[in-house]
Amino acid sequence: MYIIIVGGGKVGRGAARDLIRMGHEVCVVERDANTAWSINNELGEVALLGDGAEIHVQRAAGMNRANVVVACTGRDQANLAVAQTAQTRFNVAKVIARINDPRNERIFRTLGFDYTISATAAIVNAIEQEVSAGLSRLTQLRSTAFVLSEVTIPQLAPAVGCTVRDLALPPHTVLALIIRDDDQPEVPGPNTLIQAADVVIAVTQPQYQASLHEALTGTS
Amino acid sequence: MRVVIMGCGRLGSTLARELDHEGHRVTVIDVDSAAFNWLEDDFRGVTIVGAGEDIDVQQAAGVPAADIFLALANGDNRNAMAVQVAKHIHGAPRVVARIYDPERADVYRQLGINVVNPTRILDEMVREAAFGQNSNPALDAPDSTAEER
Repeated sequence: MYIIIVGGGKVGRGAARDLIRMGHEVCVVERDANTAWSINNELGEVALLGDGAEIHVQRAAGMNRANVVVACTGRDQANLAVAQTAQTRFNVAKVIARINDPRNERIFRTLGFDYTISATAAIVNAIEQEVSAGLSRLTQLRSTAFVLSEVTIPQLAPAVGCTVRDLALPPHTVLALIIRDDDQPEVPGPNTLIQAADVVIAVTQPQYQASLHEALTGTS
Repeated sequence: MRVVIMGCGRLGSTLARELDHEGHRVTVIDVDSAAFNWLEDDFRGVTIVGAGEDIDVQQAAGVPAADIFLALANGDNRNAMAVQVAKHIHGAPRVVARIYDPERADVYRQLGINVVNPTRILDEMVREAAFGQNSNPALDAPDSTAEER
């Protein structure tokens, strides 16, 4: 595939390195001359010097034959501009946009860009997981309002010995999987007994995570 | 009318002063508080320091209740993002973006945004001043179609 990466910082360069290794044809558009030079030095002549939001630069990069365009500069307004011109002007089939400020995820989604990568959101998420020990949000399920959560049942939790049916689960929440010791993962039914140290994988919505945590561990 | 202007440079401040004098309720956003020096002392509108494309800054500037949002900052990308946030997130009924790059201006027009492109306007005016009227046939047919793959 021919992949154009706009923005040759740590993210763009890392992506270029991996994609080249996988055998793809890659062009990195970078507006800083020193950075572009350094990329060429490491990866061969793959960098194009220029502002990747400019249509004449996109044309020079061969965007009309690109299969994938990755907009991954450090500025969301530039990434949005690249994504919109790639789609509108060059009919690129797959546009992937990096989002630096998680609050901007909404405008990208609203404008129809479902393939987004938000490193900041991932890091914030990881920190939240560490802080709220016991409950972790594994992943947002793409284009739905649901998240995957993981809860480890504490020894003294009131849920221990209860069946799934007896739990006071919040709405829009389903227990999807129970992993017990090194046993086979089990899809719980209404009569499955919750045991201490069970790892429960649940599908829920972000606003119900706290109540889910309380229902399973007894603490909020 | 309630008007929010992003970018308090020469153009933004001129419009802000004019609209204020005409009795409109004007709010001006700029990343640099020094930019508000362009406004006169008798400016009655509101000034807000922040990035005009920021969803929360727009909220603070009252974009959800505004009639018009004008993106007149210097960067095309910022202006384009700002009007789309104003329109699609905050529901501003009328938005206008200044886009310097004629090609990008065509793309945003195609996406349904009111665009003012100073480069084409000045191109036309300079040609008219130099050569007389209608000297650039290309201006009549801006090309906004997708390029061949």
